[in-house]
Amino acid sequence: MSTTIEPTPTPERHAMGKSMKRKEDPRFIRGHGRYLDDFTLPGMLWMSLVHSPYPHARIVKIDKTAALAVPGVVAVLTGEDLAAHNLAWIPTFHGYDKQMVLAVGKVLYQYQEVAGVIASSREIAQDAAELVDVEYEPLDPVVNPFQSRDDKIILRDDRENKTNHIYHWEVGKREETDAAIAASDVSIKERIVFQRCHPAPLEPCGILADMNPATGRLTLYLTSQAPHAHRTVVSLVTGIPEDKIHVISPDLGGGFGNKVPVYPGYVVSAAASVVLGVPVKWIETRTENLTTTGFARDYHMDVEIGASKDGRVTALKVATVADHGAFDAAADPTKYPAGLFGIVTGSYDFPTAFTELDAYFTNKAPGGVAYRCSFRVTEASFAIERGMELLARKLNMDPSELRLLNFVKKEQFPYPSPLGFVYDSGDYHMTLRKALDMIGYEDLRKEQAEKRERGELMGIGISTFTEAVGAGPSKHFDIMGIKMFDSAEIRVHPTGSAILRAGTKSQGQGHETTWAQIAAEELGLDPQNIMVEEGDTDTAPYGLGTYASRSTPVAGAAIAMASRKIREKARKIAAHLLEAAVDDVEWTNYKFQVKGQPDHALTMQEIAFAAYTNPAPDSEPGLEATYYYDPPNLTFPYGAYIAVVDVDRETGAVKVRRFLAIDDCGTVINPMVVEGQIHGGLTEGFAIAFMQEIVYDESGNNLNTNFTEYLVPTSLETPHWETSSTCTPSPHHPIGAKGVGESPNVGSPAAFVNAVMDALAPLGVQHIDMPLTREKVWHACRQAATA
Amino acid sequence: MFPAPFDYHRPGSLDETLVLLAQYGGDARVLAGGQSLIPAMRFRLARPAVLVDINQLDELAYVREADGMLAIGALARDAALERSSLIESSYPLLFDTSAVVADPVVRQMGTVVGSLCHNDPSGDWSVTALASRAQIVVRGSTGTRVVPIDEFLVDSFSTAVAEGEIALEVRFPSPPPRTSGSYQKIERKVGDFATSAAAAQITLGDDGTVAQIGIAIGAAGPTATRVADAESALRGIKPTKDAIRAAADAARKIADPVADPRGSVEFKKDMAGVLVGRALLAAFERLGVGGLR
Amino acid sequence: MKISVTVNGKRYERDVEPRTLLAYFLRESLGLTGTHVGCDTSSCGVCVVVLDGEKAVKSCTMLAVMADGHEIMTIEGLVQGGVLHPLQQGFWDQHGLQCGYCTPGMMMTSWVLLKQNPNPSEAEIREGLSGNLCRCTGYQNIVKAVEQAAAAMQSQPVETVA
Ligand SMILES: Cc1cc2nc3c(=O)[nH]c(=O)nc-3n(C[C@H](O)[C@H](O)[C@H](O)COP(=O)(O)OP(=O)(O)OC[C@H]3O[C@@H](n4cnc5c(N)ncnc54)[C@H](O)[C@@H]3O)c2cc1C
Ligand code: FES
Ligand code: FES
Repeated sequence: MSTTIEPTPTPERHAMGKSMKRKEDPRFIRGHGRYLDDFTLPGMLWMSLVHSPYPHARIVKIDKTAALAVPGVVAVLTGEDLAAHNLAWIPTFHGYDKQMVLAVGKVLYQYQEVAGVIASSREIAQDAAELVDVEYEPLDPVVNPFQSRDDKIILRDDRENKTNHIYHWEVGKREETDAAIAASDVSIKERIVFQRCHPAPLEPCGILADMNPATGRLTLYLTSQAPHAHRTVVSLVTGIPEDKIHVISPDLGGGFGNKVPVYPGYVVSAAASVVLGVPVKWIETRTENLTTTGFARDYHMDVEIGASKDGRVTALKVATVADHGAFDAAADPTKYPAGLFGIVTGSYDFPTAFTELDAYFTNKAPGGVAYRCSFRVTEASFAIERGMELLARKLNMDPSELRLLNFVKKEQFPYPSPLGFVYDSGDYHMTLRKALDMIGYEDLRKEQAEKRERGELMGIGISTFTEAVGAGPSKHFDIMGIKMFDSAEIRVHPTGSAILRAGTKSQGQGHETTWAQIAAEELGLDPQNIMVEEGDTDTAPYGLGTYASRSTPVAGAAIAMASRKIREKARKIAAHLLEAAVDDVEWTNYKFQVKGQPDHALTMQEIAFAAYTNPAPDSEPGLEATYYYDPPNLTFPYGAYIAVVDVDRETGAVKVRRFLAIDDCGTVINPMVVEGQIHGGLTEGFAIAFMQEIVYDESGNNLNTNFTEYLVPTSLETPHWETSSTCTPSPHHPIGAKGVGESPNVGSPAAFVNAVMDALAPLGVQHIDMPLTREKVWHACRQAATA
Repeated sequence: MFPAPFDYHRPGSLDETLVLLAQYGGDARVLAGGQSLIPAMRFRLARPAVLVDINQLDELAYVREADGMLAIGALARDAALERSSLIESSYPLLFDTSAVVADPVVRQMGTVVGSLCHNDPSGDWSVTALASRAQIVVRGSTGTRVVPIDEFLVDSFSTAVAEGEIALEVRFPSPPPRTSGSYQKIERKVGDFATSAAAAQITLGDDGTVAQIGIAIGAAGPTATRVADAESALRGIKPTKDAIRAAADAARKIADPVADPRGSVEFKKDMAGVLVGRALLAAFERLGVGGLR
Repeated sequence: MKISVTVNGKRYERDVEPRTLLAYFLRESLGLTGTHVGCDTSSCGVCVVVLDGEKAVKSCTMLAVMADGHEIMTIEGLVQGGVLHPLQQGFWDQHGLQCGYCTPGMMMTSWVLLKQNPNPSEAEIREGLSGNLCRCTGYQNIVKAVEQAAAAMQSQPVETVA
């Protein structure tokens, strides 16, 4: 059973649930943020990369002469040079594959890194990179996973298994599911593609590597969402002892998953700094960002759903072909090669289900990052939410009714899903009903009916997704063997202010504010006086970083637990000061008091002072704690989104007239920050639904190498967002929070697409793959007109 | 990404500019707003040996009416038109165009003349210039020429401006009474070049028939393209739904776009028609002629 | 080439290569790193600065030599006498920033927008900011921030120094 409380702010709260202005903002609004490229060091050199123009080619020869002759050029590194240091290849994040740093023997995708030029300025490095003369012998490329399946061209001759097939993964009951679908009154089946897209934060990736020959320490200023994991990887790959590596991840200009992996540019720069003994900097160009680093999605999903004729779902089957590019660098936990795709049964109570996935190599950039979503949850949510829409249409049933009929019921929580998750809490009916009510669903349906009479195309799209976030419990989740806990360390100073350090790394989510709010709530301190520090591996406790909506579920919990540890110690000090037995001292109203005696109370500030000036005789002085939190389960945020669109049938233009997002992320720490996260995620979802895709042509050329072709919507295209919330706290999280940063990006694409397909329903259009460009919509309208 | 090295000159006068252009000939490029040239140089698609920066020539920053012409100097920025009450009240086609070229920041530097000189096949100003029958004043060390827009737009990224010459201004005939126009553009987002674009300018006679008309389409050929068939079909008649439909079909027919990520040939051809129809409709409606939808 | 540029009211004389882009001149020669760089195609606007108190320009698409003899204002010049500019206050109050990378450019563009149109509608703000990308906020709170700044500046005109 889950408890249900109507919206969030609980007024008597001390620090949580409040829209506190962000503590990090004063430096940003003054232009005093410190991002990677803002760091310079004396004697610093620049690195520029040489990229392959071919998607698949043998490297015949690399001639460095002309480049080396440019005044100011210090070195030109190739794969062979790195091989001499055993650095030509590095393991990929989840450990099953390896990837080239600089190409050796052959290139496997267009723009692959072939050489690195180190010079005294950015300009000279770029000038000389043009002069590195590489002779290639082009090979036939394989540009889609269906072509790669036949193994006629083997891409990875470095691997033992001479096949392009990377792995097969499955979960659920195949026979039972097949039988159930076959026996269903009604069923749907559709190929649904979630296109390759890219997180493209506005700040590109980069590194400033600084090997200090005097101390033997390598300091890496790095655009890193996971600084500790990066330190460990660097140590494992290079053999440099981990204490000799210092990773500093400064202010990040967005990340969205892009800044999780280790990229060749990092390795080349670090290697150059180690060899040359001077600092070396590399800042990615936008082209490098879009063509070589961390893409997302690229799942081709065959979705089948069975149902009874009155609309009860009977079974779900999803078979996916995944395009992983040239190396299997997908950033998924080790035991979950397809991430948490098993969440594909969504918010619905399927009696049985089965899903399988086959991943293939192609001549495309590697990656597969969790782009603003928990591992592969976006793909899964899109599949089920599109599937339910198709089923509603087949049944001739209102899509909201179909959902209400099949939702997991509130009393079923904790709900074991057929694909192996145990959902923590939720009240899906309440949330969808609230959404229908707020948007005026019935009136919209009436308006739509009238418009259809007149031949106008208006659509309403619903998405009621459930996410699985907060990886994760250590018995299941690790990356390269490192368990996916997270950590917090809090030190309360004598005067009652504090420093809080965590293993996470904000990229704009506002941790400096929200982390302080959690600790302040637990400790009764002023959040303004709790300084939050992340991103420095010398000072922060070990953690796996910020991605996949794991910060609040994991580190947020660690902060609450570290605070509670401090509180327990403070209780002893309070008892000493109040001259009472520890058991008689209680924490009430953010103070310690002798049970039932509110006039005998001490604030945490008073206790902090005593911890240093008058410590309890039987305890250590000081007031600090560290907590490593290993979550007992994932958390399952959910939401109900509704989009309303109008389609111009002459040009295929879609206008998103309204969009309502109701999110339930459990306890809210800072409503203003949550709303900001939702606005941002919806905007990214909107971009994916309507304009973003990394396209490769038939010859393997990347067609989206810049912001002129990889489109980011502006303030003018972006719809106005309406938001609201319900609150179903997570029963197993110390503060009941579930995480939210990614829900809007997970849930919204299906709402947009469902709305457009609903608009096109009178024309008999079933499904169009994203992005829903004008041309695709125009084409559908036209075919209907000529049919 | 950074331009390859070059020599930079910033003349203080037009004469000095012409001397420099004559001296360096084909090695030199005029630098106006830089909004096309600098990105091209950053990608090293352009590698001029010499840049002649005209941004100091404030005397070329004018937008003024004289002798029945609107004259826009080589340093007048797009934004100057967008913010001009003269343009807003008397030149609806230009005003429409000025609000959809590039993005509002780029428009604060980019120039109308620079855009015409750049002659991108998907550029906006060339479409509008064709529809409104503009002329370009070109000067070299040997003298000044006035080139009609149809002759000025030679080919993709190529114009009638010869080595050693500079385009000084673009002139738009001041519209007679009962003139209006409209610019229609499909772009994937703000800051994108046109997927398809159409400009129309119409002058009605006293009897309500079309006295003068200009129709052009963009992103539909190596340069902006005049839809001459549609112009002659509409000239001298009172507008009708059918006539507009026929003009749109003429645009579909003459459009010769290339397939690119913005769209297929088929889509762009159809959009040329749709947008010509919409531009005509909007222009007629602005003139108070209804009943055409 | 020797150039002399006034930035945030202070005159700087420096020797630069003609190909140096203004954004890098500000960041690297003058150490004013509040102006950012996010693309190579003049698309993103994180580099916007104010030229001569009247134009918002993408400083990645202007040569440093073109700024010779001109005045530039960057984000660092917005605070006057230790007091936040209404735009800065607006962005902070309305949660108009997340990662902060687009913020300086957004504020510079808004500064010129408000100078030309002191009381813009939501639609005019959305239009005016459409040359600046933001990947985090979805723009809605940025619009609110500019609205707040406009209102504050109307009730209490601030000295605008370029
Ligand atoms: C992000 C972005 C989006 C854009 N979107 C669009 C769009 O949607 N539509 C559109 O039409 N344009 C668009 N542009 C281009 C923009 O409008 C340019 O500013 C314009 O095309 C060129 O004007 P300019 O003054 O900047 O010229 P410059 O870049 O300075 O020069 C362009 C070319 O013209 C030559 N030239 C310039 N002036 C003269 C002269 N007086 N005499 C002789 N030669 C000269 C130069 O030598 C150069 O070859 C976009 C640009 C950017 C950066
Ligand atoms: S850096 Fe992107 S527009 Fe200047
Ligand atoms: S706040 Fe991150 S890009 Fe705008």
